[in-house]
Formats: sequence, C-alpha cells, structure tokens
Amino acid sequence: MRPQDILMPVAAGLCCKPGGFHIDPVRPVERALITHGHSDHARAGHGAVLATRETLDMMRLRYGDGFAGSVQAVAYGEEIRLGDVTAKFHPAGHVLGSAQIEVACKGIRIVASGDYKDVRDPTCAPFEVVPCDVFITEATFGLPVFRHGEAASEVKKLLASVSLFPERAHLVGAYSLGKAQRVIALLREAGYDAPIYLHGAMEKITSYYQERGIPLGELRAARGMKKADLAGTITLAPPSATSDVWTRRFPDPVTAFASGWMRVRARARQGGVELPLVISDHADWDGLTATIQATGAGEIWVTHGQEDALVHWCRTRGLAAQPLDLVGYGDEDESETTPAGEAGA
Amino acid sequence: MNRFAELLDRLAYEPGRNNKLKLLVAYFRKTEDPDRGYALAALTGALSFKHAKPGLIRDLITERTDPVLFGLSYDYVGDLSETVALMWPKSSPSAASGGGEEGRASSPHNTPPSPTLTDVVTTLRTLGKTELPARLARWLDELDETGRWALLKLVTGAMRIGISARLAKTAAAALGNKDPHEIELMWPGLSPPYLELFAWLEGRSDKPVNRDPTPFRPVMLAHAIEDSDFAALDAADFSAEWKWDGIRVQAVSGRDERGHIQARLYSRTGEDITASFPDLVPSLHLPGAIDGELLVLRGGRVQTFNVLQQRLNRKVVSPKLIKEFPIHLRAYDLLGDDEADLRELTFVERRARLEAFVQKLNDPRIDLSPTIPFASWEELAAARADPKSAGAGDDADAVEGVMLKRRDAPYLPGRPKGPWWKWKRDPHIIDAVLMYAQRGHGKRSSYYSDYTFGVWAAGEDGEQLVPVGKAYFGFTDEELLQIDRFVRRNTTEKFGPVRHVVHEPDQGLVLEVAFEGLQRSPRHKSGVAMRFPRINRLRWDKPPREADRLETLERLLMTMTAN
Repeated sequence: MRPQDILMPVAAGLCCKPGGFHIDPVRPVERALITHGHSDHARAGHGAVLATRETLDMMRLRYGDGFAGSVQAVAYGEEIRLGDVTAKFHPAGHVLGSAQIEVACKGIRIVASGDYKDVRDPTCAPFEVVPCDVFITEATFGLPVFRHGEAASEVKKLLASVSLFPERAHLVGAYSLGKAQRVIALLREAGYDAPIYLHGAMEKITSYYQERGIPLGELRAARGMKKADLAGTITLAPPSATSDVWTRRFPDPVTAFASGWMRVRARARQGGVELPLVISDHADWDGLTATIQATGAGEIWVTHGQEDALVHWCRTRGLAAQPLDLVGYGDEDESETTPAGEAGA
Repeated sequence: MNRFAELLDRLAYEPGRNNKLKLLVAYFRKTEDPDRGYALAALTGALSFKHAKPGLIRDLITERTDPVLFGLSYDYVGDLSETVALMWPKSSPSAASGGGEEGRASSPHNTPPSPTLTDVVTTLRTLGKTELPARLARWLDELDETGRWALLKLVTGAMRIGISARLAKTAAAALGNKDPHEIELMWPGLSPPYLELFAWLEGRSDKPVNRDPTPFRPVMLAHAIEDSDFAALDAADFSAEWKWDGIRVQAVSGRDERGHIQARLYSRTGEDITASFPDLVPSLHLPGAIDGELLVLRGGRVQTFNVLQQRLNRKVVSPKLIKEFPIHLRAYDLLGDDEADLRELTFVERRARLEAFVQKLNDPRIDLSPTIPFASWEELAAARADPKSAGAGDDADAVEGVMLKRRDAPYLPGRPKGPWWKWKRDPHIIDAVLMYAQRGHGKRSSYYSDYTFGVWAAGEDGEQLVPVGKAYFGFTDEELLQIDRFVRRNTTEKFGPVRHVVHEPDQGLVLEVAFEGLQRSPRHKSGVAMRFPRINRLRWDKPPREADRLETLERLLMTMTAN
C-alpha cells in the first residue's frame, strides 16, 4: 500500500478511502475530521464531524446547533478506529483546540498538520512533533523572508506606541478567532492591565476563550463608547473593520495589524497599516523547515500557501516532496469579512 | 543601530507630520550622543560616504542562500534591501536546527553586540572599498531584520522615508523648546554628530555660534489676501510687485577666514541647493544676502514654471542643461549688505539698499523685481488682471499674481499676518467628473478623500472620460462627508483601496476643479498634467455630460506655451 492509497486530494478535500472520511472538507461529506475552527477548514453541512471539543464548540458558535448530522468530540492523544485506519489528534499550536490528525494504516503513518505553529501561545496547547512517514504541511509563510521573530517584542512595540500617543486610539486588526485572543493574552503578559476594547464581531468567540479558562483580563465592548474616552486605549477588531466607517468613533486612530504578512513592507503599506505587528499563528520559514526535519518524514506533501519554495527546499534536503493541490483554503486574515455593523458574530 | 532602525521603520509607515515629529522627538530624547547626532545627519542628508552598489548586496546574499529561494523571495518582496534583510541567514548554527520551543527565533546569548549607528557611520567613512563586503556581512550577521533593513537602506543611500531635513531639525528644536529657525541659522556651521547642538538644546551649554560666512536667514512669508481684507487696508501703505512663478531662494555671499568670497543658494526652508545651480555662483560676487526668485530666462524673457522645472532636483547638472535652461535671479529684498544686517530696516529702506546693491553687482544674471505703480486698490486690481499691459510685458506668463508689502515693515521670519500679502491671479477652473476615489491616510483613513477626475474626449468607442488629474483637498469637512457617502453608494468596482465610481453621461458627480497651471505629460493618458489641482466646488446640479472636454485643456495649454 502506498501513502496515496490512504490519503489523496479530491475536489472535496483530503480523502481517506480506507477510513471512509475526509479531512477539512470544503464540500459537504458523510464524515469529516476537522483540524481547527477557522471557517475555511470547518464548514457546516457534513453528516458526521469528529473534532476536538473546542473546535466543535466554535463551529456551533458560528453555525448554530444543527451544523452537522452528528458530532464526536475527540481528545488529544485518543485513538479512534475508522474502517481500516486509526486516527489520532495531536495539538497543532495554531488556535484553541487546533489539531494535527495522524492517520495510520498498515504500518504507514501520515500526519495532516492542518495549520500549525511551533512557538508558544498562551491561549492554546503547544505544538507537538509527531514522528511519521509522510508529513502534510501548510506553506502559508513558505518563503525564507518570513521570519516572525518574537511576538512579545511586537507587543512591546504596540505598548510603546500607546504610551507615545496617549491622545490617540490604537486599533489592532486581528483575526477574530485565535489571533485576537493571543494578542490580548500577550498584552496581559506584558503587564498591560487596562481594559481592552472589542469590536462586536469578536465578542462571542472571545467570551468562549474566557469560558475555557484562558485569562484575558477586563474586556469591554467598543460599541457605545464616547470618542474622547477611547483615547489611549487598545481595541481589537477584524482586519477589514480597521478601514471601515466603524473607525470614525475613535480619536485619530493608529491602525495596527497583527499578522505574519506584516513582515513585508509593501504588504503592510497596501493595507494602509501604520503599525505593523508581526504576530502570526502560522509557522514561519524556520518553523516549517525545522518541523519537517523533526518529524523524520521521508516524504512531504505541501498544501496551501507558497508551495514552490518549500517543495524546492525539501528536495535539496533529499526529501521526496510534492505540492498537494487543495483548493478552498486561504489565509484567514484575508478571507475574513466583517459582518455589516456590529450585530454579526 | 537598532533604535535608529526602529525609528526609520516607524516613520516609513506614519503618514501624519505631527506624528512623525513626535516619533523623532521621542527618539532624540531617549537616544544618547553621538548616535542621535548621526541619526540627525542621516535624516538631513548630511552624511557623506561612498554608497554601496546593489550588486555588492546581491553578491553577498547569493553566496549565502539558495538562488531559487532567493529568486522566489525577491519576486515576492520586490525590494532588494528588504529581501536581503529578511532572508539573511542566522549566523549561529545552533539557531537553524531544533524547534518547538519558544526561544527558537531569539538570538543566542553569545552573539556579539550589534553595531551602533555611530560604529556604522564612522567605519564607513574610512573603510576601503575592498573591506566593505566583509564588514557589511558581519554587521548583517549581528543585526535583526529591521536593523538589517535600515543598514542596507543607509549604505545604499536609498533612505526614502518621507521626511524632510526641515522636519528632522524641527524635531531637534522641540527637544529644547527652541524655534527651528534658530537651528536653520546655525546649521551651516555645525557638523555631525552635533554634540554642541544637543548640549545647547538640553540646556547644558551656550548656543553654538555660527561662524559660517554664508548663513541662511529664516524667510518672511505672506498670507493670501481675501476680498474682505482690503477694506481695512490703505493702498498708500503698501508697495506692490509681481508674484513670479519661480522658486523662492536666498542667495548669500560672504567672506571666509581667508577673505575669499563664498556663495550659497538656499531654498525657502533653508536647504542648501547651491550644487544644483553652479552657473549662478559666479554672479554672487559681493557679500550680501538677497531674497529673490529663481527663474529661467531665455532672450531676456522669463520662462514659465514648466520650463524652470527642468532644472529642479537634478543631481547632475550638465553643461547642456545649463545652456538650455539659463538660470536667473530676480531680486526683491536685501537682508544683509556686507557685514550689515538689514532685517530691522523698513521695506522702503531695504528696497533702496537692494537697488544700489543690484546696480553695484552689475550682473546680467541678477536683476530687480520691478514695483508696480498704483494709487488705489482698483488700479492694482486692473494690473493684476492684465500684467502684460501693466508693466510685466512679455514676462506676463510667468506672473502668478501680485505681492503687497507694507512700506514700514521690517523683515520678520515666519508668516506674520499684516505686513505681506499675496494676491494670486484667479486659478483656472474646469468642470471634471469624479472617476476613482481612494482612501486617505491617518485621520482620513476611513474616508474616500483622494479623487481622480476626468474630462470628455473622443475615443475609439465614442465619447469617453479620460483622467486628467488627482486632488485631495480644497473641500470642506462637510463636503468630504458628502463625497465619501456618494463614493460608497456609487462604487462600481473595487481595487484594493481604490474605488471605481460611476461616471456615465447622466450618472456621476461633477467636481469643479481649480488649478494653477498645465503642462504636457507623457505619463498621463490624457497627455496633460495639472499644477496644484484642488476641488473648488461640488456641482451636484450638473450632469456629467456637461462637464468640460479635453480640448478645453489643450487650448489652454497652447496659450500657456505659445509665447
């Protein structure tokens, strides 16, 4: 049996025939194993969904109770038998509840890592290296120019700006699920204990993080605040909202954006960002290459992102590598759209 | 270097002048000597060392990285210095392997300290060409991403970060609550790292004395006069002259320690622009300080600003350029006459000294800006309306209005209200159609405040609008809200921050655009470019089909260049 017989890309996503399931399918399927709660990976309408409890909760928050025919919560490390294969979920370090899915069949082990990062994040379980024969890696930041550096020093940069411009509001664009909560947690770790304000679109998911025991300090809704009272404060908002009419309620706002893309100047400037913060929930180039080596896999399948460079790198290291053409997965920073007004989730 | 790099990084993204100023002041305040002095030098363009060629940087990265990966990266980033700064390999072998733990990206403790800005600047001054690559590589090893980026921008001389020398000096002045004019005055006598300047700004020592024989004197500026201002003004108190459409300069000559004449030409902000106009220097052979207008004269006739523009911002001034665009100084004030400071004298007294000075100079490249005789505001209004027959003659095309100067006023730096007025000729006006709108920056970042407008022209598919210009001011706050609302409701397509706004014969917004001049431009599809365009009025009442046509602009262009 070849690895391709166990997992293969089809129009709906990554399909495991011997196990009778898909991983992160982009179309409705009978049985789906889902790595994490971002909307491009976790879609509604599947027959059965297997995911971590947090991922299932996030799907429920987004889509409502009937998002799947049936659900099964899987704990990290728990082994599940599906047809001829066994599947196991391991922490991916991407966002709360995110998992890599290990699929084993007749002595061949494949790890579909979903989105992952190999650096510390106070809001989720740390990434675990899972030894395997085939490692399926993302390549969002698969170019050697992407090196994220320390998130803590980026947060320091934000705080320095807040103290230099006390009369202005700081608006931090961050993806609602994961990035926003990580930025808040990092701000708290840096000793910032003032209330942090939230755009309406991230209130629900942020309260969920708090319910799961992640300390985020005092959070308030930006809605209904007087303009003058927002001077010197920090507000988290979905990226698209930072250039929206919504920002007019803030006094002379400094527009920040927390994303790995902020490493490249042209990219930051395009978005009208004044304070780029290089904080990413994806592994950077050094993280991708270090992880690939650490898994000991001899074969690497590269999915969404900058596949070319990473495939090239693998081959120069003597690893069999190929791009997997999966469509439908984007970078969450770009795919997120703001709901009209603040009423949406 | 790291702090300076952080500053450059932040300045590169900050659109607002006041915010840039704040960042600069904070940097000068927390950074020690001599680093901040070299930073001030770097920001004011006062550093001199041989710049590294891009080829050298490319060689350095090629030796260290996989060419395929470099190619893909450069393609993506689009800027050589930035690509190299980001993908420069970490020097420590231990940093490349391992993974999973937090410390992965941080530098190991045993790396050497990164170079300071002072290290870099002082080393570059003396470093031989052959030693540069190895030294640069070592610095790149020692710095982080932002540090490497700033270093490469500095050594390649490509530090375009959108701040003027003037702003950097203003920030330094703010450190000691001083007037930036004071720094301008002493600036030519100072050199990096400006220890005495910072000592004075922080109250640790006396004001540095400028022993420069050719100091800049802060210029006096005029307010725009409104119709309502005339009622309170007596025509007899004022002298009038033409407002020339050139560039305001200060030409200063003085004797150095050995008694030789030195001459310098300054822009109105105090930037030394002597190097761009070497042909004028021999004419400044008497010690003194002339306030005047730089113009191009051909056959004794003043050329339009479009012609003068060919001489501006040139790094290399070729003999051909000098011959084709002969430079001229039209003098209108005298601030210093040999050792005497004339600024306390009245305008009338200075004018008499100026006339004598120009006569003594007796140089064809320098002449007097004539005064306009007038007995009443009505007479002056008539002269302004028709400069050609009111004395400007063939030079009338280079006249952009009249200047009014109080006869009894001393020369005051800055823009005091009352003594000097400018009364510009009426702008050209056209009705154009809003085509595209772009979001502004800073405070305007949520408003569509930059507008591309067009006029009608016959195209392959019949009548079509061709863009003729872009304007981002001239409207009131209320009008901005109205246009913003219109843009949001009438967007047909979006390209990043740009919106394509409906512009059909019967649908769209007509903008009355005012502008000062027009010139041919191969860069614009319409072939014309406007000078100083702004939104004069919103013509909600006018359907787009009634907006102006390109021929109107072309006719105007003909009359402007015909003579």
